Amino acid sequence: MEFEPKIVAFVCNWCTYAGADLTGTGRMKYAPNVKIIRFPCTGRIDFMLLVKAFSNGADGIIVSGCHPNDCHYTSGNFHARRRWIVFRALLDFMGIDIERITFTWVSAAEGAKWAEIVNTTVDKIKGIGPYTAYQEMINEAWEEE
Amino acid sequence: MEKLREIAGELLKSNDVKVVIGYTKGMNNKVTPFFAKKQEDIAKLICGNSCAQNLAVYLYKKDISDLGKPAIVANIHTLRGIMRLAVEKQIDKKEMIILAIDNAGDIQKLDNLSDLENYLSSVIPQLNEEDQQMLDELNRMTPGERMVFWKQEMKKCIKCYACRQACPLCYCTRCTVEENQPQWIPVASSVVGNLEWHMMRAMHLSGRCVECGQCGKVCPVNIPIHLLPVRIAQEMKTLYGTSTGISLSEKCDMSTFKPDDKENFIG
Repeated sequence: MEFEPKIVAFVCNWCTYAGADLTGTGRMKYAPNVKIIRFPCTGRIDFMLLVKAFSNGADGIIVSGCHPNDCHYTSGNFHARRRWIVFRALLDFMGIDIERITFTWVSAAEGAKWAEIVNTTVDKIKGIGPYTAYQEMINEAWEEE
Repeated sequence: MEKLREIAGELLKSNDVKVVIGYTKGMNNKVTPFFAKKQEDIAKLICGNSCAQNLAVYLYKKDISDLGKPAIVANIHTLRGIMRLAVEKQIDKKEMIILAIDNAGDIQKLDNLSDLENYLSSVIPQLNEEDQQMLDELNRMTPGERMVFWKQEMKKCIKCYACRQACPLCYCTRCTVEENQPQWIPVASSVVGNLEWHMMRAMHLSGRCVECGQCGKVCPVNIPIHLLPVRIAQEMKTLYGTSTGISLSEKCDMSTFKPDDKENFIG
């Protein structure tokens, strides 16, 4: 059986969620592997939520919100961008596979872009395979040196 | 050392300060923090290259700050810690005397924060060689190798939170790690839970860490945990060109932004 990756998408209410809605109303088909979690703003997406997604068995993550200068709250996505830049560097330093996290901007009018983002992400994760390296750690107990 | 004892003795004698926060000889030839409250204690104060701990944390610990106005023996780490705490409005109104000690052992008495700012303006913060070597080594590894490295280290963690207690900038009275609704970090020690905890601490220190390495120094199982916040601090320096704990006018890089911040991974 082909590997079907679990993808979690953290999206903002005002742009990407509306964009994903448009994908549906526009009757565009995309991979069903993604579970969308709606946030008020990308600025609200705590880095710990991304880590928790991996800890709960996600193979890939999509983080998406309004394009710069389009934030409903003026600057939420600017703050989020800085946080992601730093967080991505930290994840890389800790050896977490940053290829598994897709950061992107999708506006409320970009229904087609959303479908494309999900499809390419699913294809990419299918290529890399399940995140067993992380999932193995979940069950690993603390042991004495 | 004589000069330090002389100055500290005078300060206590004149009743200007109630306690001198410094170092003394501890067990097994180690250096331990020391609080001189009486004239007799002065002889126990020491200084020197082995006194590398960051003492800034004691400026806000309640049992010490309740004693009254302190004088604090401060190496470069402590100085930057004090400055950053002042910037974050934790000790900016506190009266204290800072006894700044440089690498050569010269002591300078600083009475207030603007004196401290002047003193720090001539100091170039530098990471010690050992840490830099370790960082370079880790940077050369592939992500997979780094994961194996950190996994091995995280296995050792006993969740004692000494890293948090010793950090001058971990001053929150209620830490996320103690939250249980929702529970972000599992209470028991487990590899992923430990990884999450240290990742979270590093992120919460991003743009604030003064690179003293105190968290790594106090770790009872010798995890080089200070490398995480220090790595972020270096990243911040290259991205935004800022250092922490240097000037009173600095901000936190994570609480501000530029509309044209550069990245190459958001599509």
